[in-house]
Amino acid sequence: MAVGKEIRTKISSIKNTQKITRAMEMVAASKMRKTKDRMQATRPYSKKMCQIINHLAHANPEYKHALMAQREPKRVGVIVIGSDRGLCGGLNANLFRTVLVEIQKWKNSGIEIDACAVGGKAASFLSMINANLLGHIAKLGDTPHQHDIIGITKIMLDAFSQGEIDRLYVINNEFVNTMTQKPVMQQLLPVIAYETDEVINGRWDYLYEPGAKEVLDHLLTRYVESIVYQGLVENNACEQAARMVAMKSASDNAGNIIKELQLVYNKARQAAITQEISEIVAGAAAV
Amino acid sequence: MAMTIHVDIVSAEQEIYSGLAQMLFAPAEQGEVGIAPRHTPLITRLKPGEVRVKINEKESQEFFISGGLLEVQPHLVTILADSAIRAHDIDEAAALQAKARAEEMLRDKSGKIDYATTQAELAQALMQLRTLERLRKRGS
Repeated sequence: MAVGKEIRTKISSIKNTQKITRAMEMVAASKMRKTKDRMQATRPYSKKMCQIINHLAHANPEYKHALMAQREPKRVGVIVIGSDRGLCGGLNANLFRTVLVEIQKWKNSGIEIDACAVGGKAASFLSMINANLLGHIAKLGDTPHQHDIIGITKIMLDAFSQGEIDRLYVINNEFVNTMTQKPVMQQLLPVIAYETDEVINGRWDYLYEPGAKEVLDHLLTRYVESIVYQGLVENNACEQAARMVAMKSASDNAGNIIKELQLVYNKARQAAITQEISEIVAGAAAV
Repeated sequence: MAMTIHVDIVSAEQEIYSGLAQMLFAPAEQGEVGIAPRHTPLITRLKPGEVRVKINEKESQEFFISGGLLEVQPHLVTILADSAIRAHDIDEAAALQAKARAEEMLRDKSGKIDYATTQAELAQALMQLRTLERLRKRGS
């Protein structure tokens, strides 16, 4: 019977799509566990690093390092960390919306922007909005290494110490839980001192061994690298979580559509049978 | 009770140690330093070597780090290690192997290898072995 051939092919094609989305969901689920572990493993280091930097910001150093210079912002640097691949729901779109809002704010106060992109999606977004892209890295995979990001952090650090940019920000997604990812922006340079009670008050300075310049050079570079790296692993965990959720809802939606189409198909088939019977009966009555 | 200081040791991969201690010894770049409570604020780079945390008169813990940073606040010491392991977890066989490999590569002066990295590797292996030796001497 040639009833509803189109519907049948449509159902089978949706079933194939559902198979793919379900497979992607399961892959993302297992990857999420790994990336989340990695994110949690590196969190203590970057947290302690932030703490030390905060202490440093409270100190009154005799030696002013080039990376600690406070200037009126005329040009800011921003590192945008996005994912490499799509199909992860609104993750990148939400992130880029935050970026756009911030860029608009800077533009309104006459501040120019230099950008660095991590991840393919971030690079194509930044070039689409005609941002001044200084550097980008992509295809880092699920296990990024600290030395992968040294290139772009060096570009930004050099730009800052040469006075080309006056602020440095990093924007990435923060992993809140599996269902929620939040775009966050963090100011890296110059370091901001926030309130804590663990720091001694009054004028004090560190002893630096061997010398203030060497130690601060090392410390501030490591600080920027570790925060950007933390942003990257965090964004990776977000990507897998978002993909898992997106693919789960895609599989569910495919199931619903299949159900509806099946109903339509059955109705059409029954209507055809009924019509055929009534035609036969009418024919027999006419004889 | 004796005065104590809070010690945090983290490596890039994990948190290694967090707790109170009476004293901390670390291999600073310009020689070994001992940090007692109320030490003046200090920041220094660390060489590969052994970090010893004296928890009380009887008990102390050793860690091996492969370089990093030390920050001292009067009541808080933080060590950011590039990588750190508990001294008891050092695998002697692996350390010896690494040492032999590094020495071999240093002898092979065909210019194919990165001299500086190999030297760093050798220093690290040697420090691991020295840490082990010291541990053994203390009769643990």
